[in-house]
This record gives sequence, C-alpha cells and structure tokens, in this order.
Amino acid sequence: MNRHLISAADLTREDALRVLDTADELARISDRPIKKLPTLRGRTVVNLFFEDSTRTRISFEAAAKRLSADVINFSAKGSSVGKGESLKDTALTLEAMGADAVVIRHSASGAPHRLAEWVRGSVINAGDGAHEHPTQALLDAFTIRRRFGRSSGGEPGAAAGGKPGGGLDGLRVTIVGDILHSRVARSNVLLLHRLGAEVLLVAPPTLLPVAVDAWPCSIGYDLDAALPKSDVVMMLRIQQERMNAAYFPSVREYSRRYGLDAARMAQLPERAIVMHPGPMNRGIEIAAGVADSPRSTVVEQVANGVSVRMDVLYLLLGGAEAGQ
Amino acid sequence: MPHAHSAAGGPGPGESGTAPGAGKTVLEHAEISRMLTRIAHEIIERTQGAEQVVLLGIPTRGVPLAARLAAGIEQVEGRAVPHGSLDITMYRDDLRLRPARALGRTQVPPDGIDGRLVVLVDDVLYSGRTVRAALDALNDLGRPRAVQLAVLVDRGHRELPIRPDYVGKNLPTSQQEQVRVLLTEVDGEDAVLLRVAR
Repeated sequence: MNRHLISAADLTREDALRVLDTADELARISDRPIKKLPTLRGRTVVNLFFEDSTRTRISFEAAAKRLSADVINFSAKGSSVGKGESLKDTALTLEAMGADAVVIRHSASGAPHRLAEWVRGSVINAGDGAHEHPTQALLDAFTIRRRFGRSSGGEPGAAAGGKPGGGLDGLRVTIVGDILHSRVARSNVLLLHRLGAEVLLVAPPTLLPVAVDAWPCSIGYDLDAALPKSDVVMMLRIQQERMNAAYFPSVREYSRRYGLDAARMAQLPERAIVMHPGPMNRGIEIAAGVADSPRSTVVEQVANGVSVRMDVLYLLLGGAEAGQ
Repeated sequence: MPHAHSAAGGPGPGESGTAPGAGKTVLEHAEISRMLTRIAHEIIERTQGAEQVVLLGIPTRGVPLAARLAAGIEQVEGRAVPHGSLDITMYRDDLRLRPARALGRTQVPPDGIDGRLVVLVDDVLYSGRTVRAALDALNDLGRPRAVQLAVLVDRGHRELPIRPDYVGKNLPTSQQEQVRVLLTEVDGEDAVLLRVAR
C-alpha cells in the first residue's frame, strides 16, 4: 500500500482485498469485552476537520483509540483558521507536533493531496469537497461483501486467516441521487468497479458531473427500471448546502422520481440491500420505513466504518515506513 | 507460506517462498505424530484429566497442532477439548521493523478462557517473543487460571525468560540455521526441516 490514502484509485484490487480481509479480522475485536489493541501505542493521529462531520470523525477517533494511538482532534471552528491561517501553516504546525498520521476533511477537492506534500506522516483523506472519500468506499465494499457472504472466513487451522474473501464480481450496484456533489459516489464507483461490481448511476441529468461518461460505470435516469436489476441500492444525500442553483424543480418532485419508498423497495430482488452513507434526509431520498427496514445497512455501515478505519490506520502506520 | 525461523530476520514468520524439501529432514510424519500423542498424554497427566484445558494455537502452524492435540486428548479421555486460535500480530514487538502484515484469526472457544487452563501451542520456540506477545493478547481476552506452553520444536536461543511446559523435540541449532515445520493441513505433508541460511 502507499503511504497515503488519498483516492480509492490508489488501491489495486489486491490492496483492496487485503484491506477488506484484514478488516474482517479487526471487526471481531468489536465483539470482545476489551476492544483495544496495543499496536499503535505512542503514535499520534490528528483528525483535521475543516468541515462538519459526526460519523467520520468519531469513527476515526474510535478507530485510532482502539489501536492505542494518541488522538488530537482539530476542527476549524474555534481554531486559528478563523483568524485566516492557511492550510500550509496548519500543516507545518502539525508537523512540528509530530503527527504520524493526519486524517483530513476539507471542502476543497485536492486539499489532502496538497497536505501530503507538506507533512512527513501519512495523510488519510476523510472527504475532500466533491472529490473523494476513500474510507467510505472501503466500508461500503466491506458491508456489501459481508451481506453477500463473500468475507474471508473458513475454519481456523486452514491457514492464517482462514480462506481469503472474494471480490464483488457480478454484483450490480445502483448509486442514486446527487452524484454531482458526492465524493462518496466517485470513490465507490472507482473501488467497486475495481472489485468487479457493475455500477450504475441513476440521477437527474442536472446532478451528474460533466465528465461522468469517463467513469467506469453506466448511467441511467429511470430508477424504477434499475431497481429490479440491482443487488445493492446506494441512496445519496441531497447536499443542499452545496447547491447554489436550482438542480430540480422541487424537493417533492425529486423525492417522487428518485426517492426510495416502500413501494420502490418492493421492486428490488429478494436479497438486495439498501445502503446510505448518512446523514440521511428521511422523506427526501429515502423513506423512514425503508431506512429502518432489515434490508437497510445504515447502522451496520457505521459499525463497519470503525473496523475499516482501524484497518487503514494499521496498514498505513502499523508496519515499517515505506522505503526503510 | 512456509514458516521459517531464522536468525537473520529475527523470530516469526518470514523467509517465505522457498520450495518445500530444501534442507535436511529432521523429523518425519511418524515421529511428529508420536510426539503429539506423547504431549497429549503429558497434558492429561499434568492437568489431572485436562478438564479445564483450552488449547489455543498461534497462527499459522500452531492452529492445526492445537487441533491435533485436542483430538489426541479426546481419544484418551473421551471428552471434547475446546481449542481455537490466538493471533498475535497486533501484539508483536517488531511490527515497525517490517511492512504491515496480514492478520491471522483469533477464535476463542465459546466458553471463553476465564478461569481455564490455557495451553498455548506453537510449532517452533525460538526467541520467546511470540509467546510474550501471546501472553499480552491473552490478557485482552480474559483471565485464565494458568497458562502453559506446548511446542513441537524447541530450538533454543531464548531472548526472554520464557520456557515451554511440553516439548516435542529439543533441537540444538545455531542461529545461522533455519527450522521449518511443515504440516499436512497447511503444507500438504508433515516434516521438520533444518537448513543453513545463506
């Protein structure tokens, strides 16, 4: 693996499978009474959050703490960023404090990439603008793999970790909604495609990015046609805070055409699952009844997020530094 | 992945990729089975019937050894002995000397290890660092009444104050030599090989 995790495209299929297999083992730690490993003792992980976040920040914090790392939380509110400090100066401050890893969320696409040039530690992208959110894609892939029984398993004694898990070959994943503003969609398309899934994006034409035809996926506009052929439906949040123009006539109309309600869920094949990266706008892109149904993996995704992030921290920080 | 304990790379898994058959065969299938039968009997004797015993193998090759010992004890006592695996990767003291490694599996029998007599099982005892890591790992899983150690081969050169309770064979080695244990479950054959590291 590389020293940083900036984009889901940084991971080869082998890398990604290894991450998922390791996460399978780490997920078992969450079932133990003592949910702690000494692996990253004495190492410092900085959570650098320039944008609001509940799930991702807490998830990274829990992951780092379970590996015994020291965690420093930084949020732009109440920091010197308010006084006009630049990203570079913030980075140099972190560098001087000896951060071994920086988990960054920023509203500007490419901020983690820039940061990686300034700090010696590992940089983990926790969401940059409308660009990427690779750990979300990993945890989504992990959740899909578990639900479809392709995780690593087997009897102890067969090999070190039982038999390694498989890819997502042949699974059809439909990602629905605000693709334009979604970093989750981009990272998922890249990663799921690499793991062998067929990805279909369904959105109003106004909510598709310009160069989407270059992505390794197909595109549709009709949700009802896509549902019966989907193994996984991933609903995306309408990101009203990023919308500075009228992308659709009204929320109600959007919801009617692209929202997932109980009637639409009934069109799904029997074993299909419904995913949402959160936070959900209940009643807009997903009906409350669907979000709370047994098919929904929303809560599972959060739990899996901690395992996957532990795993990323372990793989980036746990071993010898690259080049040694 | 063949399991080699070499002086050059320190203790633990490494030196993978060499074809099986390289090196001098020290123990063969029949001897290995006899040793495991003997250790099974010793465990029964030392623990007065192995009633509270839980066998935990250290991946990779400790795990099938633990299973074989459990089967051996069951044959004599007519009672199933809980056995499982204990991965120690995250507890190693040499993690930062190498790239991050893949994790093995930890599988503790459903009744847990609290108050039990845990017998750790590994293929080769060398520096003792693996066992130290295993003791730490055990600590996070519960509080056994006592912990004992069973190994197929003790090759000496301890770096920590650790000693085995049950030994298949004491194999005097120099630190330039490598000891490799092959087991049918993992490698397709049973053998212990000794060779000089180049």
